[in-house]
Amino acid sequence: MEANIIIPDPAQVREELIQKYPAKVAKKRAKSIVINDPEIIPEVQANVRTVPGIITQRGCSYAGCKGVVLGPTRDIVNIVHGPIGCSFYAWLTRRNQTKPETLMDANYIPYCFSTDMQEENIVFGGEKKLKIAIQEAYDLFHPKSIAIFSTCPVGLIGDDVHAASREMKEKFGDCNVFGFSCEGYRGVSQSAGHHIANNGVFKHMVGRDNTPSEGKFKLNLLGEYNIGGDAFEIERIFEKVGITLVASFSGNSTVAAIENSHTADLNVILCHRSINYMGDMMETKYGIPWMKVNFVGAESTAKSLRKIGEYFGDEELKARIEAVIAEEAPKVKAVIEEILPRTKGKTAMLFVGGSRAHHYQDLFAELGMTTVAAGYEFAHRDDYEGRDVLPKIKVDADSKNIEELKIVADPELYNPRKTEAELEALKEKGLEINGYEGMMKQMTKKSLIVDDLSHYESEKLIEIYKPDIFCAGIKEKYVVQKMGIPLKQLHSYDYGGPYTGFEGAVNFYKDIDRMVNNPVWKLIKAPWETAGNGKGGELAASYVTQ
Amino acid sequence: MLLRHTSKEVKVREGLTINPAKTCQPIGAMYAALGIHGCLPHSHGSQGCCSYHRSTLTRHYKEPVMAATSSFTEGASVFGGQANLLAAIDTIFAVYDPDIIAVHSTCLSETIGDDLQQITKKASDDGKIPEGKYVIYASTPSFVGSHVTGYSNMVAGIATQFAESTGVKKNQFNIIAGWMEPSDMREIKRLAKVMGINIVLFPDTSDVLDAPQTGKHVFYPKGGTTVDELKSSGDSLASLALGSISAEPAAISLEKKCKVPFETLDIPIGLTATDRFIMAISKVAGVTVPDEITADRGRLVDVMCDMEQYLHGKRVALFGDPDQILPLTEFLLDLSMKPLHIVSGTPGQKFEKQMRQLLDERSPETNFKSGLQADMFLLHQWMKNEPVDLLIGNTYGKYMARDEDIPFIRFGFPILDRIGHSYFPNVGYGGSLRLLEKILNVIMDRQDRDALEEKFELVM
Repeated sequence: MEANIIIPDPAQVREELIQKYPAKVAKKRAKSIVINDPEIIPEVQANVRTVPGIITQRGCSYAGCKGVVLGPTRDIVNIVHGPIGCSFYAWLTRRNQTKPETLMDANYIPYCFSTDMQEENIVFGGEKKLKIAIQEAYDLFHPKSIAIFSTCPVGLIGDDVHAASREMKEKFGDCNVFGFSCEGYRGVSQSAGHHIANNGVFKHMVGRDNTPSEGKFKLNLLGEYNIGGDAFEIERIFEKVGITLVASFSGNSTVAAIENSHTADLNVILCHRSINYMGDMMETKYGIPWMKVNFVGAESTAKSLRKIGEYFGDEELKARIEAVIAEEAPKVKAVIEEILPRTKGKTAMLFVGGSRAHHYQDLFAELGMTTVAAGYEFAHRDDYEGRDVLPKIKVDADSKNIEELKIVADPELYNPRKTEAELEALKEKGLEINGYEGMMKQMTKKSLIVDDLSHYESEKLIEIYKPDIFCAGIKEKYVVQKMGIPLKQLHSYDYGGPYTGFEGAVNFYKDIDRMVNNPVWKLIKAPWETAGNGKGGELAASYVTQ
Repeated sequence: MLLRHTSKEVKVREGLTINPAKTCQPIGAMYAALGIHGCLPHSHGSQGCCSYHRSTLTRHYKEPVMAATSSFTEGASVFGGQANLLAAIDTIFAVYDPDIIAVHSTCLSETIGDDLQQITKKASDDGKIPEGKYVIYASTPSFVGSHVTGYSNMVAGIATQFAESTGVKKNQFNIIAGWMEPSDMREIKRLAKVMGINIVLFPDTSDVLDAPQTGKHVFYPKGGTTVDELKSSGDSLASLALGSISAEPAAISLEKKCKVPFETLDIPIGLTATDRFIMAISKVAGVTVPDEITADRGRLVDVMCDMEQYLHGKRVALFGDPDQILPLTEFLLDLSMKPLHIVSGTPGQKFEKQMRQLLDERSPETNFKSGLQADMFLLHQWMKNEPVDLLIGNTYGKYMARDEDIPFIRFGFPILDRIGHSYFPNVGYGGSLRLLEKILNVIMDRQDRDALEEKFELVM
């Protein structure tokens, strides 16, 4: 299908993107803009500092830690220690849906908790106020867990959120209190916060409940945040094929499930960037392998389910998976066959996240659309080039500041679910066990890869490529639409979704069809703007008395 | 129940804020700076601040919100952010070519003690600011006040850094907009025109955050107060500041710098606040109020008379920003409604005094709290103890409205789930009429919904 698409010369595009920058900036940005070759994957500069003033779409470490990873777990009281804004902006804005089993079950997601630090707390320290806040939260709600998130000033004034948490945890006895040093200035993007969150969840939550989980095929779903109900659709499919979901990290999750997650036999990873640390740590400590999967796209969902079947190696499970795929496929096929003639041959650009810009290419492929350029906001080189590149990544000063936990095998609980030989055999069969091939291998030759795309670059790209749809986030949404091109938000899904699994694929096909073929895009110009404004002319008809 | 953990029993809290009725300073500074033509707001802090503020403003307006950030890393936080800001100024002028960069600080840059005055001076001394361009600043520490304070600080910063006094007065008046919507600013300009006076309105986000779809993204939209207008504000005959928290500080600084006398008024939301606004213009400019405005007023009062039976005694809970909820409360009282519970997260002594006075006179039983821990959690608890017929506030109120099954009107900032606020004003007689229509619609829709079949009315 890409044969029909005329792609501009990427080398020239690259030059145009950096032309206007001051020399030093141009030199730096050039390394983050590369022309893809899936055979010999070129190096992409990623996870480096953003150029000040360039207008980035990136957020901060706190956003990655509280907003992304911890936010979706419904029964933790997440107290943000800092001035009011940080907690306010992360309040319900990520659309992490959650469904408590009963009306009595805890759900703190609709709440926003903050210590609302004032000037005197900055000057004299805020630990005292933090402890009062923790006490008040405990007295009001009696939650199972309270998590504390540090914002920028906290680290600078030296408040010890970890000591305060320990003290309160001991005092309560029946409430797990733990802190995160996820000040916004740590690292270079949200990504640092993901790592900090992974460390904290692993240290303070995973492994607290050793009760063996029930079920024959038990797995954890990692890096799935139930935006727009994505996790609900995956849960539906798992239930249908007979897979037990022990815990989700962290869409529609609970404290109890996460504390028991080490009793699962496989970790499947969706968003590699935000949660791969957890996969590695659980493998080392408990012997649970992880496998990269993708439930975005109907074909990808089928493929991922088959990989899970292959991993467990059970014929009955494999047969059930095939039966479910056979049952779901016709509904998907009916919709795509109807839509495909209207979307085929169109082009898309995806600049979002740390995995979404990759995953959603599968859905666009199913729609017959080509991804001509893509990039992440906060990914690392391995998300682009594949995990083989990991040993070659230089650890810079910003990454060094993020703690790497030293994990060893648990003397009692370490239990390798598969032998080395079994894992090798599975890898031979194409399962991405403890591995990820990255985005670039899947993209066509000469497509353009841009990391941490700036506003300026996005306008240029649109001007040059004139894509039929642009995928990014809320900050880009109306800018791109003002240019007459629909923008699909892939953080919030424009308040739609789910987009995972079979039902999600159908939703996405319909949404993209609606967007790229919407009559409104042809109504932007007023008739007089194209018909010669004020130049006169004759009326179309006249009534003449005979 | 979405807010199932909100208990009826009210306990005094000292450390924990739950469901805040405010956010932090920098977003207000960003919003104010967008009301200056050709201006790029710049957030001097971690890039998360800028990202959050842009996202929230974008969700509220469904419009592009452009702003840059100093992208602090740990190094900058230890050694100071000067290098980052200077680099940002270079990049911004080279790539985005604004007329003005309006820098605001954050809790991070304030905590480490970055001095924006000194850094912007250095940028100027080092020749980083091109001829005819400006870098202005406002100190907006997130740990003081609220988003309204940040707006106020930036507006005051704009006034002091641009206003010039030539010694020759111009036949014009300054209207300093408190935090209001682009639709409100457009309406203020229309009213001034009808009254026949020349004004400099600042900031002015109309034609910025309500820009038309043209198929082209205009990085600096046509709206916004221009530099020339801002400079001339020092020669204006007088200033009217709309809002004691969000606008008065700018008026004070203009008086100090350029000796422009001022009067502070409420934002003209509702009948009597609009009356005071029109009277003030008439008085200060010596103009007669035209019949057109008197007729507008008459239409509003007419509806108030005609529909009083649906309004009288209806109990209302409201939350929001001081300069908006003070005149709103007065309007509700004028409508014979009963504002029962009021919170604002924004502190302000003058506001508290004015609100207390208003309530003491006309509704002494009202629960009112502002400042620390004056949050939606408390408001909701009050509502559980003394139920209301209507809730008014920003989008976050919808969770309380749903749980308590009460009519809800979106008012204030942010409104993340409806449109309208950018296009249809709340100010002036016309704006108040729209607000009244909204109140009546939800109350009467509820009456229709709840009516027994035999009591269901065709004519109301």
